[in-house]
Parts: sequence; structure tokens; C-alpha cells
Amino acid sequence: MVKTPVRFTLNGQETGLFIDEAANLLEALRRGAGDLTPKQGCAQGTCGTCTVLIDGEPRLSCITLAQSVEGTHVETTASLGRGEMLAPLQQAFIDGFAAQCGFCTPGMLMAATALLRRNPNPSRDEVIEAISGNLCRCTGYEPIVDAILEAARSGGAAGTRAGHG
Amino acid sequence: MAIHKGRGFACINYPIGMNLGGDPSQALVHSTPDGKFKVALSAIDLGQGMKSVTRQIAAETLGVPLDDVYVDTADSDTGPHDMGSFASRGTHRMGNAVIRAASEARQAMLEAAADELEVNASDLETDGRGAIHVKGAPSRSITVADTAIAAQFKQGRTLSGRGIFLIPPSEADPMTGEMTPVSCYAHAALVIDLEVDDETGVVTVTAINSAYEVGRALNPKLVEQQLVGGAWMGVSHALYETTEPYYPAREHGAEDFNHYLMPGPGEIVPHHIAVLERPAEDAPYGGKGPGEMCANPVLPAIANAVYNAVGVRCHQLPITPEKVLRGLRENGGARPQGRR
Amino acid sequence: MTTIEFRKDLFADERDDNLNEIGKPKLRQDIVGHVTGRSPYYDDHLFEGLLHMRCVRSPHHHARIRAIDYTRAEAMPGVVRIVRPQDVPHNINTLLSLINFGRDDEALLQPDKVAYKGEPVAAVIATSERAARDAVAAITVDYEVLAHVLDLDAALAPDAPIVNETYPNNTFDYHERFDHQKLRFGDVDAAFAQADHIVEDSYQMSPIEQAPLETCGAIAAPETNDRYVCYTGTQALFFSLGTTAKLLDMASSRLHFIGGTVGGGFGGKVDSLHEPLAVLGAMLTGAPVKFCFDREEEMQVGAPRGAERWHIKDGVMNDGRIVARAFTGLFDAGAYTRLSSYAIVKATGHLPGPYTIPNIASNVYCVYTNRTPATAMRGFGITGVDFAIECHMDQVAERVGADPIELRLINAYRDGDMKAHRRSAKNTALIECCQVAAQKAQWALSPQMAALSSLQGGGEGWRAQIPATPTDAVGQIGERRRQTVPLEPGQHGAPAGQVPAGQAGETVHAAPPQREDMQVAPERIGHRTAATPGYPASPGPQRSTPVVPPAHAPAYASASPSPRGTPAAPATRTFASPTPQPPPPLQASPAPALQDLSLQRQPPPSSPSSSSPSSSPLRTTGYQPLPPYQPQPAHHRPAAGGPGTSASNAPAASTASTTPPSPAPSPPPSTASPPTAPSGDGPASDAYRPEQPFQRGVKRPGVSRFISGTRRR
Repeated sequence: MVKTPVRFTLNGQETGLFIDEAANLLEALRRGAGDLTPKQGCAQGTCGTCTVLIDGEPRLSCITLAQSVEGTHVETTASLGRGEMLAPLQQAFIDGFAAQCGFCTPGMLMAATALLRRNPNPSRDEVIEAISGNLCRCTGYEPIVDAILEAARSGGAAGTRAGHG
Repeated sequence: MAIHKGRGFACINYPIGMNLGGDPSQALVHSTPDGKFKVALSAIDLGQGMKSVTRQIAAETLGVPLDDVYVDTADSDTGPHDMGSFASRGTHRMGNAVIRAASEARQAMLEAAADELEVNASDLETDGRGAIHVKGAPSRSITVADTAIAAQFKQGRTLSGRGIFLIPPSEADPMTGEMTPVSCYAHAALVIDLEVDDETGVVTVTAINSAYEVGRALNPKLVEQQLVGGAWMGVSHALYETTEPYYPAREHGAEDFNHYLMPGPGEIVPHHIAVLERPAEDAPYGGKGPGEMCANPVLPAIANAVYNAVGVRCHQLPITPEKVLRGLRENGGARPQGRR
Repeated sequence: MTTIEFRKDLFADERDDNLNEIGKPKLRQDIVGHVTGRSPYYDDHLFEGLLHMRCVRSPHHHARIRAIDYTRAEAMPGVVRIVRPQDVPHNINTLLSLINFGRDDEALLQPDKVAYKGEPVAAVIATSERAARDAVAAITVDYEVLAHVLDLDAALAPDAPIVNETYPNNTFDYHERFDHQKLRFGDVDAAFAQADHIVEDSYQMSPIEQAPLETCGAIAAPETNDRYVCYTGTQALFFSLGTTAKLLDMASSRLHFIGGTVGGGFGGKVDSLHEPLAVLGAMLTGAPVKFCFDREEEMQVGAPRGAERWHIKDGVMNDGRIVARAFTGLFDAGAYTRLSSYAIVKATGHLPGPYTIPNIASNVYCVYTNRTPATAMRGFGITGVDFAIECHMDQVAERVGADPIELRLINAYRDGDMKAHRRSAKNTALIECCQVAAQKAQWALSPQMAALSSLQGGGEGWRAQIPATPTDAVGQIGERRRQTVPLEPGQHGAPAGQVPAGQAGETVHAAPPQREDMQVAPERIGHRTAATPGYPASPGPQRSTPVVPPAHAPAYASASPSPRGTPAAPATRTFASPTPQPPPPLQASPAPALQDLSLQRQPPPSSPSSSSPSSSPLRTTGYQPLPPYQPQPAHHRPAAGGPGTSASNAPAASTASTTPPSPAPSPPPSTASPPTAPSGDGPASDAYRPEQPFQRGVKRPGVSRFISGTRRR
């Protein structure tokens, strides 16, 4: 099958892939770039599990054509933290017991990252709005909302950067 | 047209494990040369925390710090047999298997330490912080690490243990149903407060007050995770979820999350929980599995509260606005049953 | 918005809370993996040249397969292999065959007749998911559509279409004898005749999807040395491994299954459908193959929590006591058995819910219909019947004019009560949960209700006894195909016999540890292992037990509306131990009757709050502190001498607070000696021994439940 080239920045690294013509971004990231942090929940654009940031905006990678990210900045959960150093948002999820099975967590983290960059001091309702496209079957959402609010308190605008950097 | 408040109650017990066909779990524990312990299982962590709770059980039983234990599951080449994660059996069955394996490893560890300290193993105890000392004489001690090194390189001992926990089969009697169905029971009771809009039929749960008896909260935060998430699922089952909305008709089944409905983060219900702990004699450190039972009382309590609010008995789940409105129409309007 | 409190004051004397790791809010072992996206779910294992498998599925509820035309698909680009039913070496299975329960009734790929919409009839393996989808769409199946049945009642009609040829009566066969599982305890028909009220209703669950965020699936690949590795999201690793070995007719040693990190399950990942097909695909192609549900399949083809219909009939006295309860349960299993047969036995063991009712009967049926097979989901076998029971309890309360919580407290089970499955209740805490939930919601209870305890009053008189039980042979396998047979339990004029009062078999207990040193030292397990309530040890002769125990009190309804929550209320009561002093020794403990506890209205204890030792809010409503732990009487264990054999002066279990600083309660096990049987003699009898009976041996009328039988070895 003929492959199509696509070039974009993935978590700050220049990346070039040869992809199937109709490949979605999720498959391109996972099997093409080997970044397994985004997960596939529905492949229908209804659960938010595959959320990544494209030029800072949360997007559903399962219904995004991989070709369409040419020249953009794509960020996944792999961009959070730095080595062993976790971002305050990640630490807040840990301390707040905001994950059970963990499958929705990467998507939640990316939706929250987009929010905290845009709005370092969100209200509870703004947090709820920001993750309302992300489903969780385990937690009942409250620990996740609390963790994002806690990350905002502890990390402020830098809530998504490792070590407040 | 009005909003009607209603209050409902339900209480349940929940069987832990299932003895129908025989219910075994196995565990293996062994130490590295420097006294860290690996626990090999075939248990499944679905998010309920199997890895974490078995790790705590192993650390407690061994008498070593949590950080010195790691649970590896599930690889069929290295993890011994386990039935699986269902029927609220995981903590009970696997926890008991881990206790047995860790007890045997602990005994080997104490014997190795006893050789080094030239005392009887029965005179030794662990401090839970990585050392083993003579009872009543904390200064006569040896670290777990040094014990493991001595066992490995000097004494020729393994600090390891095997454990199986088996509930043998208990078949039900054909004529009377007599059986030994389970090992112990968890308990729960809760009060639901909700509002019913008699114009739209929409039910909004406004508060849950609950009491859950879990034997022992082996990890209180993991228990909280189950109880909060379980109550959420109970609300979801009661009001939203089905794959066949006009059961037994097969039409109109959901095929995506736009049609398979669940409450979102905007519908979080304030939930005030009390945890009771009455340890079960046969359970690991008394702990029963809280994960399945926590959703169950929510369903009938919501149905009872809807009746209390508007006088509609909705005995077919889920309690959709359509069913509430049909009930209201049949009754000729809302019939509030009085405040509780 | 969530608040959580740990009521350490309750049952405090049964626990040692000073453990090192247990009871501590330690971080999850897997949490760093979760927040970094590194936790390895089954699909997070990359393989070069991964192939994708998808199934051809039936569009009909019920149809015979005449022919399948694969020719177009075979010629399509990217198609590597078509998997046909005849490629499955042993193409018939039932999940519970691994524990010898039920007959094989379901093919991995259906060769002959589909029985539900979505049933797989073939599979395609292709180089991409898209190619696999295209090829599936290009396979044409010639079906002869058959009449189908979706409704439970219709499936039980004599002329119903046969859904599942293995069970041609549309019901699972129990014990090779009946078309349902029976429960019989006492005489419900006689009790209904004496009841003041009959309350009856039906309750229906509809199918529910487990909806884990990660759909079911597996990746299999050839491993070195003629083996196959399989990464899987299963909830039951060895169930999936054993099922795969059986369906593919291969030694289980050739299979290497890896899982354990799963993106939610909730019961939907037990069915082991994906592992066998993925491994078969890897065998047929020599390449790694992924087989998973897409979300649509997960919702409509993946097995849901089954629909259950429960009918409950209660006989109730005016005072709120439920004296008889009959259940008729119908589980909609869908087209194949999977685990529904098992859930029915589990549900039967659960009846009548957490209540002590002297006469109970149930018939529960596993019914086949032409819908997606049902399987486990959180609360499997229990959620549906609990919904029915607890809705029904409210209807009973309304009928007799009782407060809903008080009605439950009147009927709540307590330590020592005999359960319908003929085992004694222990370690109960329903009453305390009701009291605490009511208190948190500021739902006022009368002082006598707030003073009830799971530890007191249970096991007295009829409550501990197994009543004489008429039996019947109604509902033989196949009987319903020939004639109309009532579904509900009852004599229906055909009594088969009578099980005498008091008759019960032996309790099943856990197998003992292989070796003594696999047993944790008693002082380290953190709880007392045999806390027992103060109920009489011997139930005594039971011939005179009436079907409906007599009330000792005025009718509940006559006292209604009940005065609640205020000590000054004009209610009366006779509840024993109005002050929180420790109860007297076991043998002399008072024996308050149930009727006294639940029904009489007498003055509440004076100033219950001022006599409380703590400021717990519960106690201000008349709650009594739980009595201290009672040592077991000497006859609970063989009289071998040594500590623990005298009820008068030795604790039955050591705790940190009562153990002297140094002596070890159990002797050091010797690894050189052969394993010793846990005989219970001497100090070792205090050890934590989950395998040992709380009560043991065959129980007969007039015989102490403690003196017969030997410990299992």
C-alpha cells in the first residue's frame, strides 16, 4: 500500500512518518511513532481516551486524519514531566488517587493540561467543562476534578511542567 | 408542574467469593539477594487495586516495609494459578494465598536471621522497617538485607514461600438448595435524596448518605475509590444504562457513548460515606471485597426515592424520564408520599 | 463534596488497628505507570507485521447457515487468511467446563446455526483493520431465517423455538433433574395461610453493558520453541488459557499468557472469546494477530449483564415480621450459557437477602433466548435480586405502615441466625449499617431500633433452627415442554417428601495450609478470629416450632406512626442492657427475644447519651456500645488443656493489647518436622485459620452444633 509522508513536531521533537493514506493520528502515534501513551477507547470520537494536544488544543486523535497534523505541534502524555520528574498535574493525580484502571488517565491529563495552560486558576465548573468529553468508568470523576484543582493550586500556570519548570 | 423531593433507603449484604466449583488461588514469594521481596501471582488488576492490596498484605505478613515488596502479575510462565478477578474473590482468596506464601517466606527469613544471631527463630520479631531483632532486645538485630545475603551466600537457604488458598466445591442440593455458598458477607445501607421533575420526568440525585461494612479497610484510599466509583455506577445503572432500552425488544440498542448514557463529571453526587470494619474470621486481615457490593444498594434506593417523590413505582430499570412520565400519566399526576 | 469517615468505634473490640502496612492509605503500586501512560495494557505491545482479525457476524437473531461464499474476500488485497469454523480444532465449549459445570454448548465460530444477532460465523485476518473490515463485508452468507424468541415467557412456552440445541427446553438443566435451582426452607405455603398480609410484585433488570474504556481483546504471536505468547485484557488469566488450550486442542504448556494490567473489566472480560481466536490466527498465519472488539461490538456483541426478572411474594404479619418469602427468578441467559447458570446458584445462596425469615422458597431459572449471551458484571447474580428485594421491602413497609428502615431492622439477620441455605450467619453488620446510614441522613429511628445490635438476639429460639421442610419434584427437565407447570415454588399438590427439622450437611471450609509455617502467627493477623455472639449453643428439639413464630407484642401497625429519635417518646421497650456495661459471661447472658427487640414499645433507657462513653453522635440516639469480645466457651474446642481452653480466664485470641510483651503465643514451627495437622490442640488453636470451621460437624435436632465432627485435613 502506498504510504504518505507526514511531518510534525511530537513532544518537541521533529518527527516524520510514512503513513497509510487514511490512517488516523492515534494509529500514527502509537504504531508509527511508537508513542503508546494515547489509548484507544472507542475509535468513534465519543470517549476522549485518545485525547492529545494539537497546537495546544485538545483533540481526539482517533478521528483526526494523521495527514492533517502536517506542520503542527502534537503533544501527548509522554511530554508531561521530565524523566523521573513528574509534572504537578501528574503528582496531583497520584496523591489524589485519581486513577483506578488508568486507561482514561492519559486523555484526562491532556484535557487538563490544555485547560491549565489556558486558565491557570480554573473554577470547579471550568474543570468539569474541560473534562466533560472524557469518560471514566471507574472513579465517579470527583477525584479527577479534585486532582486538577489541586494541580492548579500547587503548580499554577506551570501545573503541567515538570518541577515547575 | 413542579420539582418533587424524594428520599429512599436500601440495605444489602454481599457474598464474598463463590464456592460453587472450588475456588483456588496461589501465590509465590521470594527474596532477591539483598532482601527485597517479589510476589508472583496470576491475579488481574482491573483498576480495583489487586497489585496494591496484595503488596500491602505481603509486606504486612513478611514484616518488611511496603517499598521492599513488588507484586508481579499476571504472567502464566511465572505466576501460579488463580481463578481470576470476579465474584469479589480477589482480595479474599488471593489475599489469603499471599498470607500463606509470605508466612512461609517469613519463617525462612527468621530462621536465617536466627542462625546469624545465634538465637531461636521463635525469639525473633520484625520491626516492619527492615530489621529483625530479638524480642525485648532491639539492639540484638540484623537487617533483612544482611539476612538475605547470609541466606543466599553463606547458609544456602531460600527466603521464599508458596501459598494456596482453596475453598473446595460446595454444590447446591437439588431439593433444598442447601450449600455453603460463600465465605463471608460485606454490608451496606444508604439513603438517597433526589428530585423528580414532573414535567420532564428527569430524576436528579442530590445526595447519598451511606454506610459500608468492609471487614477491614486494608487500604482506606482504595476502599474510598471503590465506594465512590461504585455509587456512581449505581446511579448510572438506576437512571441511564441499558443496551436494550425497550427490552425484550432488541431495537434501539446503543452502539456508541452518544447513545449509551452515563453520568458525567457535571452530575457528581455529594456522597457522605461511613466505613464500618468488622473483620471476617476467614478473610485476610479481616478484609472483605468492597468493589462489587457498593453499587448494589443504590439501584433500589433510587427506585424507592422516586416513589417517595412522585408516587411512581418504577420496577423496570433503568428509570428513564419516559418511564417516570408514563407512571405519572397513569397516576393522573404526581403523588408525593411525604417527607422522611 | 464526598466525605468519608471511618467508624473505628464500631466493632473496635474485634480489631487490632496497629498494623504496619494494613489499614494505611499507601499509594497504588501501579499509579506512576498510570499517570505517565506507561502502564502496559494488552495493546501496548508492538509487533512488527501485526495482522488484524475481524469476525463475520450474523445479522439475524436465529438462522441456519446454508452456505458461505468467501471467494470475493479471498481475492482482496491485504487478506492473509480466512478462518472458518472447521479451522477450530475443538469447536465447542462452555466456560464453566473448566470446573465441570454444564455441557459444552457454544462454538467459537458457529458452523451451523446462529442463535443471536452478532454471533460469529467466520473471521478474516488481514494486514490492516481496514482491509479486514472490507473483506468481512465481502463475505456473503446464505441464511435460512428461523423463528426466534426474545421474551422470557415466550421462551418457556411449550411451542417456543429451540434456541440452544444442547438445552432443548430453553432452560439450563440443574442436577440432571430440574429445569431450575430450588431453595426450600420451612413451609411457605403454610405460613402464607397464616400471614396477615400477602405482598407480591415483579421486578425487571434490563441488559447493561460493562463499558470498560478498554475494549476486550488480545494479541497473540508465535514465540520461540513452538509456543504462542498472548497478551490479553482478560479478567481471568487461567480461564482464558485453559479455554484456549481446550478449543485449540493443544497442550497448555505451549501457551504463554501475559496480562494483569487491564483498562477496566466490571465482569465483561471473563468470557475468553478473544484469546482462542487470536492464538488460532497466530497459528494459522505464523504471524502476530490482534483480535479485539470495536466499541460497537463491545456494546451489542460483547456479553452484557443479563436481564433478570424476579417475582417476590411475602407473607407479612401486622407487626412487620416477614414470616414467609417466595421467589421466582428468571435469568435471561441469551443464546448460550456462559456464566448465567453459575449466577443462579449464587443468587439462590443469597436469598432471601440479609433478613431472617422462617419460611423461604425459590425457583430460579436460566432461560435461553435469541439475544446476546449474558455474562458477569459487577454484582453478578446479586444486583438484580437485591434491586427486587429492596424495592419489595419498601412495599411491605408501606403495607403494614412501618418506617422503611425500621421494617428492615425488625427483619435483619444477626449473628447466629440460620440462613436459608442452612448455614449459620456470622460476622453480620447489617443492623449497624442501617443505623449509621440513618444517622448520617438524619433519618430518625426509634430508640429501640437505634439500640439493636447484630451481636445480640440472633440465634435465639426459632432463629437458629432449621425448620421441617416439605420438598417437591415439580419442574423436571422437559416437563414444561409437555404441559403447563407453575413457575413459582410451592407444593402444587405434588409434595415429594419432607426434610426433617434440623437436618443439614457439613459446611465447606477452606483447605488447610500445606505446612504449618504457611500460617500467619495469630497475634499478627490483626483481628480476633472467632468473635461469637452470645447465643445458646444448643437449639434443642424443634418438633414444636410453629411455622409462624408467635409474636410477643402488639401489632406494629397499632404503634404506628412510630415515635422516633427522641428519648422522651412514649414508646416502651424491654431491650436488655440499657447501660453500656459489659454483658455478663456468656453462659449467663440474657436471651432477649426478637419480638421484644423489635416490637414492644417500652420506656427507653434513661439518658442514653449521658451514659455513653464517647461523644459519638450515634449514641445520642440510643445506640448501645457493642459488647466486648466474648471468649468462646470451653466446648468450642477439644479439651486439651493449656491457654485458651477455659472460658473463664483466658482470651480466645491474642491481641497487641492483651499479649504480654515477649512470649510467643504459638510455638515456633519446625521446618524439619512433618507438617502437623491443625488439630486445634494447645496454644496453636489461636492461630489465624481461615480453613477451620467457626462451627462444624453435622447438626441434628438437640445436638450442640459444636461437639460433633472432626476438622478437615
